[in-house]
Amino acid sequence: METALNHILFGWFPYLALTVFLVGSLLRFDREQYTWKASSSQLLRRKQLVLGSVLFHVGILVLFFGHAAGLLTPAFVFEAVGISKSFKQGMAIVVGGVAGLATLVGISLLTHRRLFDPRIRATSSFADTAILLILFAQLLLGLATIPLSLGHLDGYEMLKFMTWSQGILTLQPGVSAVVADVHPIFKLHLLLGMTIFLVFPFTRLVHIWSAPVWYLGRRGYQVVRTKKPASAKEPVPAARPAPARPVPAAQPAE
Amino acid sequence: MKIRAQIAMVLNLDKCIGCHTCSVTCKNVWTNREGMEYAWFNNVETKPGIGYPKDWENQAKWKGGWRRKASGEIEPRIGSKWRVLANIFANPDLPEIDDYYEPFDFDYEHLQTAREGSAFPTARPRSKISGERLQKIEWGPNWEEILGGEFAGRSKDANFEGVEKEIYGQFENTFMMYLPRLCEHCLNPTCAAACPSGAIYKREEDGVVLIDQDKCRGWRMCVSGCPYKKIYFNWESGKSEKCTLCYPRLEAGQPTVCSETCVGRIRYLGVVLYDADRIQEAASTPDEGDLYEAQLKLFLDPNDPAVIAKARAESIPDAWLEAAKRSPVYKMAMEWKIAFPLHPEYRTLPMVWYVPPLSPIQSAAEAGKIGVDGEMPDVKNLRIPVRYLANLLTAGREEPVVTGLERMLAMRAYMRAKTIDGVLDEAIAGKVGLSGAQIEEMYRIMAIANYEDRFVIPTSHRETSIEDAYDLRGSCGFSFGNGCSGGDTKTGLFGGKTRKQGKTPMEVA
Repeated sequence: METALNHILFGWFPYLALTVFLVGSLLRFDREQYTWKASSSQLLRRKQLVLGSVLFHVGILVLFFGHAAGLLTPAFVFEAVGISKSFKQGMAIVVGGVAGLATLVGISLLTHRRLFDPRIRATSSFADTAILLILFAQLLLGLATIPLSLGHLDGYEMLKFMTWSQGILTLQPGVSAVVADVHPIFKLHLLLGMTIFLVFPFTRLVHIWSAPVWYLGRRGYQVVRTKKPASAKEPVPAARPAPARPVPAAQPAE
Repeated sequence: MKIRAQIAMVLNLDKCIGCHTCSVTCKNVWTNREGMEYAWFNNVETKPGIGYPKDWENQAKWKGGWRRKASGEIEPRIGSKWRVLANIFANPDLPEIDDYYEPFDFDYEHLQTAREGSAFPTARPRSKISGERLQKIEWGPNWEEILGGEFAGRSKDANFEGVEKEIYGQFENTFMMYLPRLCEHCLNPTCAAACPSGAIYKREEDGVVLIDQDKCRGWRMCVSGCPYKKIYFNWESGKSEKCTLCYPRLEAGQPTVCSETCVGRIRYLGVVLYDADRIQEAASTPDEGDLYEAQLKLFLDPNDPAVIAKARAESIPDAWLEAAKRSPVYKMAMEWKIAFPLHPEYRTLPMVWYVPPLSPIQSAAEAGKIGVDGEMPDVKNLRIPVRYLANLLTAGREEPVVTGLERMLAMRAYMRAKTIDGVLDEAIAGKVGLSGAQIEEMYRIMAIANYEDRFVIPTSHRETSIEDAYDLRGSCGFSFGNGCSGGDTKTGLFGGKTRKQGKTPMEVA
């Protein structure tokens, strides 16, 4: 019974969450562009946002990329470059701890603002408040694993999570057995993490997909759109008759 | 040379009476929606004053517009692309809604439903954001109306730079003027440059600057980038919105709502041809004071056969070239040089221009003398300091403003001589570098201001567009994203609208 439940939660649920995450994001992007936004509330109240938002975002980006690199890099790569399991575990605790504390301060400010500022509270949707509280809970669970990890400084506990996440992404649901006997706090952290992927397309989190890094590569500053067909942009020789139907051209102004 | 056409606007401040009809009709059409209550795509400010939002002209504070670097290149004052992205989590240069004003409404219903009491019921204010009671309304979109408030506050107006402003706080010396403001539809818009998503663009065919509501992600850098603070963040939709120059109306050959409804007939719309290849060069002019002249040099003469030939080759429709010849905007800006850009020092090359207002002569004795002599007064004696107007319109250069004001005074003197004395006095026209015929035309367009002289707007040419008209049939034209929906319709997961059933009073009882 317990094995079956474990398999459902850590063998099947990840695929449900990832499917909803990807298909949901795609559908929303395709059908509901007008709802695709960062939903900043800075205009309504600057107080607490500047410090809170910067700490939160910087912290959580470090945590996100730390998790992604730490979990998804195959173990042999770490061995090849000479990073031992215990060193990796220690680094995860230090980097994760510092970034986690920064995020904690940030999200505390943001949550206080969202729940107790009359303007922000009145203009928040259910999803806005819910996702903030879910992230808060997930952060607390993540920080709560640090004392546990201090008891596993050899790094073998961490190897389980690497095996599990890499197994899931390589389509091996059977890998759920690896995390069957880890501490319940770890299990809750994993479950809530997958739930965040599950609800992702229904919340403001979709703005993560749109992180405008391409802006750095945009040449110049002018953005112009034309409705003219491509053929009209070149001077047309007087003798040649215009084409009967203009050829649609891609709008160049991205 | 790359020729583009733009529908530009001129506002004749000499005739603005500050009635706010433009603002109200604009609001009723475009911004009376949740999230945009505080936004006025068009607003009218009383100057001198700090304006709306507070102190918008103080770019040391808001960092709008462009900055010329030591290398001679320009970049948005909020910073390079790296810096813009670095501030994306919290924009340090974003106004708060209190810098505009907290939108409010009054509990009018209470007037009807209040029980009998010893005091009259009152309609008290309530915030349109939080819904909570407002004890006191602290600021509004037009708080300084007709010099409202103390001079100490209003005198923070950035246009007082270089003016001994203290004397204008005294009742005898005070002055005022109205300044209706809307998006400038700039040739070099900083909002578009600052948008990380690339959602803000300038339309090639008519120069209207728009925000693609589907591509906007609400990073709100445009609000800071725009030095005129004419981009508004809709807190409900999470997207930025701005004046569209009523482009659906322009496309049909109609003037914008603000222009159409202007009771003073102060607004003019017309085509201006310009050289798009030299925008960068003009915006990078080293001396701020030269920016007005630099922008004039971008404009092309619509009567020049070479320009016409080149424009035809670039597929600008003949109707547009004809409209450009009759454009009141071109005449006021280029031929008569009585219209000026608003704050050219922001380097955005704005395309909504202003005719500076004349004002009464400062001393009554002088005014009487002038009446007798029939001479033109010295513009230095006008109540509004020329320096103030120059700070507003020509980055501090007084000569062009003086010439403009003198030409308007000359128009009055010439027409007075013509209609009262029955004399055609070419000398008056010659003194300000115009001909009698030009003054007559100025009079026709500026004083009589018939509808067809004020608005020379060619319709858009759908037949040359890559948009497939067959696909567009039956669509809704303009909407706030999501095809025909208003953007906030609550649609169920499987289609169909979930609509709350209203209860009739009978059921409630």
